[in-house]
Amino acid sequence: MFKKSDWTDQKIEIIIANLLRAGVSLAALVVLTGGVIFLLRHGHEPAGYHVFAGEPSDLRNWKGILHFAFALRARGIIQLGLLILIATPVARVAFSVFAFLLERDWFYVGVATFVLLVLFYSLLGSAL
Amino acid sequence: MNNLEFTVLVGLGSFMAGFLGALTGLGGGVVLVPLLALVFKVDIRYAVGASLVSVIATSSGAAVAYLKDGFSNIRIGMFLEVATTVGALVGAFIATRVSTSAIGAVFGLVLLYSGYLSSRTPVDHPSDEQPDRLATRLGMNGVYPSLNGPKSYFVHRVPLGFGLMFGAGGLSGLLGIGSGAVKVLAMDQAMGVPFKVSTTTSNFMIGVTAAASAGVYLSRGYVDPGLAMPVMLGVLAGSLSGARVLVRTKTRQLRWVFAAVIVALGAEMIYGAFTGKL
Repeated sequence: MFKKSDWTDQKIEIIIANLLRAGVSLAALVVLTGGVIFLLRHGHEPAGYHVFAGEPSDLRNWKGILHFAFALRARGIIQLGLLILIATPVARVAFSVFAFLLERDWFYVGVATFVLLVLFYSLLGSAL
Repeated sequence: MNNLEFTVLVGLGSFMAGFLGALTGLGGGVVLVPLLALVFKVDIRYAVGASLVSVIATSSGAAVAYLKDGFSNIRIGMFLEVATTVGALVGAFIATRVSTSAIGAVFGLVLLYSGYLSSRTPVDHPSDEQPDRLATRLGMNGVYPSLNGPKSYFVHRVPLGFGLMFGAGGLSGLLGIGSGAVKVLAMDQAMGVPFKVSTTTSNFMIGVTAAASAGVYLSRGYVDPGLAMPVMLGVLAGSLSGARVLVRTKTRQLRWVFAAVIVALGAEMIYGAFTGKL
């Protein structure tokens, strides 16, 4: 016996799963594009990840990444794709807030909002 | 090695990690970081950053496939994500403050434990039929499709599950893995959630947990585009193909092989950590 609320939950999940797939596909496409440009331009340079130097500050926050990407810098485009990828689960949680609002489940509206704030803090708070 | 060769080799390695991770249900993250650190001599901080990103990709990419398995419990998932995301932030901050050998040693221990866990066959224990007051108030009890039609289940021991999830989030943020094994353990063993509901809910949680620590890694400069590109694309392609082959193969022997590989990598990580090679 499925109650009405169960059915709504399931419908929400199908929407969420498709949202996630769209986000990942877009991210993979952008990363691939940036990767091809990166290899065409820098393919023959030596690879070095043995020594940790940290990324330049422009590749660490969304403003710098957008700036790099729109200047068609290969590493900026890849990083933009990764940013889209990281944003995908965030969009999922944001959608859950909305879905719980529709169901008038105020407790879970609060829970999902808290998770959303933690994600925003991680993505924006430490970069500002 | 130049960038082109490095990209091709790391891409192939990541594909294998994602493929085997999907086949065995253990996820690609656990072998990815040791592979990058031990074989490709990548600094463990870059390796963890790239792995976290690939974990988000596989978790989100697999969500559609998981829907066929029955439905996850979004209330359990969302409630426990409070614990995993805060844990992930804490783990990521710890990762920026401790030495790479310490991270390597903890990683080695987690690998040994995962190897042990994967050699055991999961038993779906029947949950007792008495509803738990807290879980009921939180609206966590649910229904899942079984052979005999929809079957209802009751959730138990919410505080214990919540605590374990904080640990799972911490490990995810510290080591760049999905820690799906710990998440399933917390839901299936501690809270009495049916195994299929646990794995599906866990997959949904992994992406959100990883996103919480990925933000910290990105802003600390641990996510390198040149490395993350082949890792993310390779793991994603590998896990999607692995999920397709899954139905046609016997996974029992494969799990044993994978468990052996994991234990070997764990021993190597601990050795590397103590000899200062990481």
